[in-house]
Amino acid sequence: MSTPLLEARKVTRILPGQVPVTLVQDIDLAVAPGEFVAITGPSGSGKSSLLYLLGLLDMPSSGTIYLEGRDTSTLSGAELAELRLRKLGFVFQFHFLLPEFSVQENVMIPMRKLGGRSNEEIRSRSAELLAELGMEEYLDKKPEQLSGGERQRVAIARALANDPLIVLADEPTGNLDTRNGQIVFDIFRRLAEEKGQAVITVTHDVQLSALTQRRVRLVDGKIVD
Amino acid sequence: MPLTLDIALSHLKNRKRQTVVSVLGVAMGVGFFIAMAAMMQGFQHYFVAKVIDVWPHVVIKDEYRSAPVQPAQRLYPDGAVKLRGLKPREELRGIRDVKTIIAELNRREGMVAAPTLRGQVFLRYGVKDFSCTLVGIDPQQERRVSNLEHDLVAGSLNALYTNANGIILGEGVAKRVGAEMGNLLSVISPAGVILKMKVVGIFRTGITVIDNFESYALLKKAQILQNRPNVINQVRIRLDDVNLADTAAAAIEGRYGYRSEAWKETYQNIMGIFVIQNGIMYSTVSAILIVAAFGIFNIISTVIHEKTRDIAILKSMGFGESDIRRIFVLEGLAVGVVGTLTGWLLGYGLTRLLGLVRFNIEGLISAQGFFLHYSPWHYLLAGSFAVTSAVVAAYLPARKAARLNPVEIIRGAA
Repeated sequence: MSTPLLEARKVTRILPGQVPVTLVQDIDLAVAPGEFVAITGPSGSGKSSLLYLLGLLDMPSSGTIYLEGRDTSTLSGAELAELRLRKLGFVFQFHFLLPEFSVQENVMIPMRKLGGRSNEEIRSRSAELLAELGMEEYLDKKPEQLSGGERQRVAIARALANDPLIVLADEPTGNLDTRNGQIVFDIFRRLAEEKGQAVITVTHDVQLSALTQRRVRLVDGKIVD
Repeated sequence: MPLTLDIALSHLKNRKRQTVVSVLGVAMGVGFFIAMAAMMQGFQHYFVAKVIDVWPHVVIKDEYRSAPVQPAQRLYPDGAVKLRGLKPREELRGIRDVKTIIAELNRREGMVAAPTLRGQVFLRYGVKDFSCTLVGIDPQQERRVSNLEHDLVAGSLNALYTNANGIILGEGVAKRVGAEMGNLLSVISPAGVILKMKVVGIFRTGITVIDNFESYALLKKAQILQNRPNVINQVRIRLDDVNLADTAAAAIEGRYGYRSEAWKETYQNIMGIFVIQNGIMYSTVSAILIVAAFGIFNIISTVIHEKTRDIAILKSMGFGESDIRRIFVLEGLAVGVVGTLTGWLLGYGLTRLLGLVRFNIEGLISAQGFFLHYSPWHYLLAGSFAVTSAVVAAYLPARKAARLNPVEIIRGAA
């Protein structure tokens, strides 16, 4: 097997404090390109914490995370931010769209931040992404004018804006009804199968997790299965 | 538009009312500064210009600043001899050998000098007594060193020659004794001499202390009144370049030993008041701008508090700490810059408005309104102070925002 896209080795995260809390412990996990992985487990089992660690938003207390074979533990905050910008895309339970900007402008933000593309390209690419997710009619709408499922699709389009290697989703369907949840998972599966992007999603929905290729079950911060 | 600026402006647009209040705060600070600076500096410039215009630039007086160096000390300068209890010379008052001094001074480049005798007199007209300074002048020479001729509102300098006992009164003096042109006054000196003098001129310089307390007569008449024939106690000097007054005064004093005052020294008290005045102005206006800065601090803090989720998502998207900081500093900068521009307009408008106000004052000088001085420096100074304080006020909360941990925020929201 070639180098995995993303690999965690012996990753432990302990929240310091008077009573230190262990969020995850001794996690070994490797994700290959095109894989669609679900992290499942009861609430409080450390699913989201693991996702933040894999997404380089949080730093492990011990152990190392490798992105494309590169040790990320020695990188500065600015370098980590740069990696998130170029290689990773996040989708959260709550959409977190910027309320002052239109749907299309929200999707344009990561591309504008990255630079290197002309304004025209950014505009047309954001429209394409939204069209792929069935949102072509909502380009100029403000997030508050959309339903929960529609907002989540915009958030996914935003996560995909810079063609990330890995899409990380934290309970992306937690706020959606079954039908919209189904749509979101279909999109993720298509991404993994057609574009070879790895998708890692945290979910406690058993029905939805059944749609993924691979399931990682966490209990009390440890992988059990 | 750069992305960070775009986001920054979106935050401000979202809080229109608070933004407008902050902008107005800055604008008022800047505007008041400009108006006050125009007013104060206008007055100060006018006053200085008046003084330079009216007053001789350097005056040699018949006084010594310190006791003369004793021969014994001159011989042993390193302190082998120490004399105590020395007093300045006491001798017949007056500048000796004044003809030579004046001739010498007049020969110098860019300098004219004229002799005068100053002394106190009583003016008596009808039942009124009034004490004032009588300055004996030689009109021919005097018109070269002062603007007295210009400031005459009635009569002429030459009338001093054509009338046997002519006197020119300051406007305030004339008003107080109740005399008009052509009236005969009794002028009584401390030496006991009484002369009947005819009012042949009235002048107004605009400087109250001169207009209310000075009168002019021929040098000869003044010497007769004071019973000091051929004595002169002041030499008035006018320079081509008024900025050289200090050095010229020092040089003259070094040469002749008599106390020589440049106009700045004569008006030292008032110059000191100007310094205090400016200090008060700067601190008052800084206070306004500091209050405005608190307003900016407040709005940026509120925005940051409201936008913690946005900050978290921007960070997850790959915005670094410096990007987040820049967003909020830009917000402060935007408020500062827009406030400054508004303040410039406000300041200009206020200054014009002050220029329309008309009133009569009799203070240090008499005037009919505010003297205003328009200077781009006031605008630059107020603007740079406002923008700097706006940036500092925004930087403090912005730094905190940049350090927010996105994981904590996302966890808290979920």
